[in-house]
Amino acid sequence: MHPRGHARRILPGFHLSLGITVTALSCIVLIPLAALVAKSASTGVGTFVEIATSPRTLAALRLSFGAALLAAMVNAVFGLLIAWILVRYDFPGRRLVDAIVDLPFAMPTAVAGIALAAIYAPNGIVGAVLDPYGIRVAYTPLGVAVALVFIGLPFVVRSVQPVLEELESELEEAAALLGANRLRVIWTVLLPPLLPALITGFVLAFARGVGEYGSVIFIAGNVPLVSEIAPLLIVIRLEQFDYAGAAVVGVLMLVLSFVLILGLNLFHASFRRSIGNG
Amino acid sequence: MVDSARDRAPAARQPARGESLAVRVVLIGIALAFVSLMLVLPLLSVFTEALRKGWDVYVAAIREPDAHSAIRLTLLVAAIAVPINVVTGVAGAWVIARFEFPGRNLLVSLIDLPFSVSPVITGLVYVLLFGAQGVFGTWLAYNDVQIIFAVPGIVLATIFVTFPFVCREILPIMQAQGSADEEAALTLGAGPWWMFFTITLPNIRWGLLYGVLLCNARAMGEFGAVSVVSGRIRGLTTTMPLHIEILYNEYNSVAAFAVASLLALLALLTLLAKALLEWRYADELAATRPL
Repeated sequence: MHPRGHARRILPGFHLSLGITVTALSCIVLIPLAALVAKSASTGVGTFVEIATSPRTLAALRLSFGAALLAAMVNAVFGLLIAWILVRYDFPGRRLVDAIVDLPFAMPTAVAGIALAAIYAPNGIVGAVLDPYGIRVAYTPLGVAVALVFIGLPFVVRSVQPVLEELESELEEAAALLGANRLRVIWTVLLPPLLPALITGFVLAFARGVGEYGSVIFIAGNVPLVSEIAPLLIVIRLEQFDYAGAAVVGVLMLVLSFVLILGLNLFHASFRRSIGNG
Repeated sequence: MVDSARDRAPAARQPARGESLAVRVVLIGIALAFVSLMLVLPLLSVFTEALRKGWDVYVAAIREPDAHSAIRLTLLVAAIAVPINVVTGVAGAWVIARFEFPGRNLLVSLIDLPFSVSPVITGLVYVLLFGAQGVFGTWLAYNDVQIIFAVPGIVLATIFVTFPFVCREILPIMQAQGSADEEAALTLGAGPWWMFFTITLPNIRWGLLYGVLLCNARAMGEFGAVSVVSGRIRGLTTTMPLHIEILYNEYNSVAAFAVASLLALLALLTLLAKALLEWRYADELAATRPL
């Protein structure tokens, strides 16, 4: 394997840097992941199917994927709105809001988890307001979604924001001058070029939400079949030394997210093609 | 036609881009309410919960021996994981940005892979490799090497989850800068390492610092992956996030939030440094680079 290209041949360090990268990647990431696939493959088809279709596994997967999907949708709406006000409007504290959007990236998940649990518990600040209306957030599936909204928000904002900043105003102005009202301009001129970035943010938030553990387990209540997420089921199986059970749930999660993300990316690509060269 | 229309009606341009004041105020209000509820409130509640029983209880919770050893372990893990990721991240960005080779795009995707793997699965794969029933379990037990439920496992899991951070931050910078500076240095007779330390490293320093900040924040705060491999042996294999979990599950909420407040402070410092860097770094990129 040799680097190609005339101008680049004189640069040093190809083999050294490739060697370091590939070795570290293999030892830390690839070989361990291969062990997971090997373990679940060695359980045998019958056992695999039995674990995969057990009610507890299905309920956990449904909750993890469903809550992540719901949270990603909420984040798509509010993330777009936040990116919009940060780019388009000027208001006091704009830079502070811009900085605080990254909080979920910087804040450890366990810290976020206990904070959210404290806020949404029936005696917490928000929980106490909702409780009289019979709305329970903490220790229910709704709590899982709330935690995932927290975790996923910056993915949407940070995906949409740069694209929004780069948008040329010519088309927008032309549409307005030709008589389109503001809503129509937003719908037909502004939204289409933002959609790919919005989908990217949605996919990132969704993918993160499916695997999220730390911020969820404190607020979820963790009742099997009701509010037990798939990553927690893996942890429980491991604590019971049921390695095969843990590996099967892990592989199912990886495969399901891979298929969903691939599907969304394909949709994304075909969408790009349909508006791309027009 | 558009040009002439524009010339005739310059005043129409402003309203075309903006919403009415009332709409703006409502949109900003909704966005700020959402940010306050979802982000600011959890952050503030960490500190109010931590200080609920007063300053003395807070200080006592942090100075307690198990909290101390958790802080020490967290610092140790970050001190090992971050430098390793700096070396691999710089090497990865260099090879991807500067060379064309088969499998280059695949390498980019593989480096990003840890971002899309659940932290719990990360912990799981190490247990499957190094745990008592794992692939290398018997060999490790025979040679009396402990990885799972010990510090090496925690370090490995942390390196896995923070693997992409440094590379992701410096790769776009290296690609944007091109290799002209480096080629000039080599043509003028610089050796490879001289070129690296005098040209490449200074060129990427702000991006590298940015990557290190994010990598460090995640390394110190990682919970899911670490909790699976740690075994939670109090005072020995509990990092700060795991210590928080133990305290919280023992209904010692004030102590849990006290330790959590230290990590929340770290998060705030990270955000502050990030904001300052973004400001500084925009300057750097705007300035034309002297050769």
